[in-house]
Amino acid sequence: MTDLSELKVPGPIFEPLNTPFWDSAAEGVLKIQHCQSCQSHVFYPRPICPHCWADALEWVAVSGQGQLKSYSEIHKPGHPGWASIAPYVVGLVRLREGPTLLSHILTDGQAPRVGAPVDFAPTRIGENTLPCFRLAKDMT
Amino acid sequence: MRHLTPRAAISGIGELKPQRRTENVATMDMLMRVSAEAIADAGLTADQVDGLLVGPQVGETPQHVPAAVSEYFGMMPTMSNVVDLGGASGHGMIWRAAAAIAAGQCETVLCVIGNHRNPIPPRAANRNPAREFDTPFGASGANTSYALLMQAHMAAYGCTPEDYAQIAAGARANAQLNPMAIFYGKPASVEDVLASPLVASPLHLLEIVMPVAGADAVIVTTAEKAKQGPHRPVHLLGAGEKITHRAVSQAPNLTSGPLKPSIARALDQSGLGIQDVDFLSLYDCYTIMVAATIEDAGLCQPGQFGAWLRDNGGMGHTAAKPINTHGGQLGFGQPDLAGGMTHVVEAVRQIRGTTGARQMKKCDTALVTGNGATMSEAVALILGGAA
Repeated sequence: MTDLSELKVPGPIFEPLNTPFWDSAAEGVLKIQHCQSCQSHVFYPRPICPHCWADALEWVAVSGQGQLKSYSEIHKPGHPGWASIAPYVVGLVRLREGPTLLSHILTDGQAPRVGAPVDFAPTRIGENTLPCFRLAKDMT
Repeated sequence: MRHLTPRAAISGIGELKPQRRTENVATMDMLMRVSAEAIADAGLTADQVDGLLVGPQVGETPQHVPAAVSEYFGMMPTMSNVVDLGGASGHGMIWRAAAAIAAGQCETVLCVIGNHRNPIPPRAANRNPAREFDTPFGASGANTSYALLMQAHMAAYGCTPEDYAQIAAGARANAQLNPMAIFYGKPASVEDVLASPLVASPLHLLEIVMPVAGADAVIVTTAEKAKQGPHRPVHLLGAGEKITHRAVSQAPNLTSGPLKPSIARALDQSGLGIQDVDFLSLYDCYTIMVAATIEDAGLCQPGQFGAWLRDNGGMGHTAAKPINTHGGQLGFGQPDLAGGMTHVVEAVRQIRGTTGARQMKKCDTALVTGNGATMSEAVALILGGAA
């Protein structure tokens, strides 16, 4: 099995609006936008709040705790760069603060399930350290 | 009941046989050939067409698409546009054509969509948020998105792999009665579907459409003018549309989609209830899409589609409510964005009574659904044959 850091896969496309998300995650802090007007958390990054349309978004650190809304074990990746580690798991993570993002799920050999708790786990994939999530240790 | 008097009708259809690969043929050529077929089928000539709706991604023509296609076709329409709703694009054209006719901007609209498929399709630069925020984590486009939707549906309701697989097997069975279908002569059982490789759990290979080249075209005109054509006019009785998101991570609901309000609106406009509809022509990019649509149409409770399908007697033309008699895209092949339009064309054929071996005993009304992106772009149409 290839190490994730050795993969040659498409990374993020950096631009001014999204760079705080990728840069803070790489530094070990999960940050998303928060609207100072309607108090919603926002993901993915926008120029103004998509809930109340106020020009009042700021970057804030969030808990990094979430729940797996769904997941899939990818056997035949769309990009050949991922083939060496298939099957691997991606999932929809609903952050405690509300928004959902798609991420790479580190399972440590556990079987994922819908509803499972996950924690922010910055992980090097190819040339970048990305905001991945890890299945919390099963307490049952 | 807000039963609208039907003012527009479908009077012509055209469809190219799907092909796995095309060589030395431009999309424009395929569009022109299928359009000629639809215009002739309507008993018209090209100079009688004064409206033109086309799909996006016309291969070699990224911009000025309506003008480029008009010029290529030798047409000077008084209404033209691109309809870009993924797999719902064809359906979206039908009601927009009717609306343009009602607005007095044109009388006869050619709706045409399709694409070539060269050995190595170009990968366009794509800067939408799904590329920015999903791809870096190993998500793989539509397969991943629908796998996530299916897993959520399974977890919510406890549906079994067999429940979903019967949709793929039913589509393949229907394709055995359609010589145009890419899987004609190639049936697949529920066991075959479940034995095919997992692509993205819980989706098996045979639960996913096969991409093909192809094209479909439909003529929409006034109800009056359609009466003068050679076929039974097929009226647009109702339509509903809803767009909720683009990337699967932003879906407001993973187990029910925007087809639910779209179907409700279309039925309301038609004055029909879902039980009054004879034929279900349901968009089927993946098995989960048909499962969710059966439930969103109110044919059964959420999570009960598997039992409903078994009670329905499957999906064939003799079932209580036949579904996707042309094979669906799972059996016919998915000719790019024209895949959705194949569901419109088959509904017109069933209502005309011209499908041959797969003809339903009675088909006067049909629900036709279209779906795009990640269960996020929806159009529902209710079609009805003239008395």
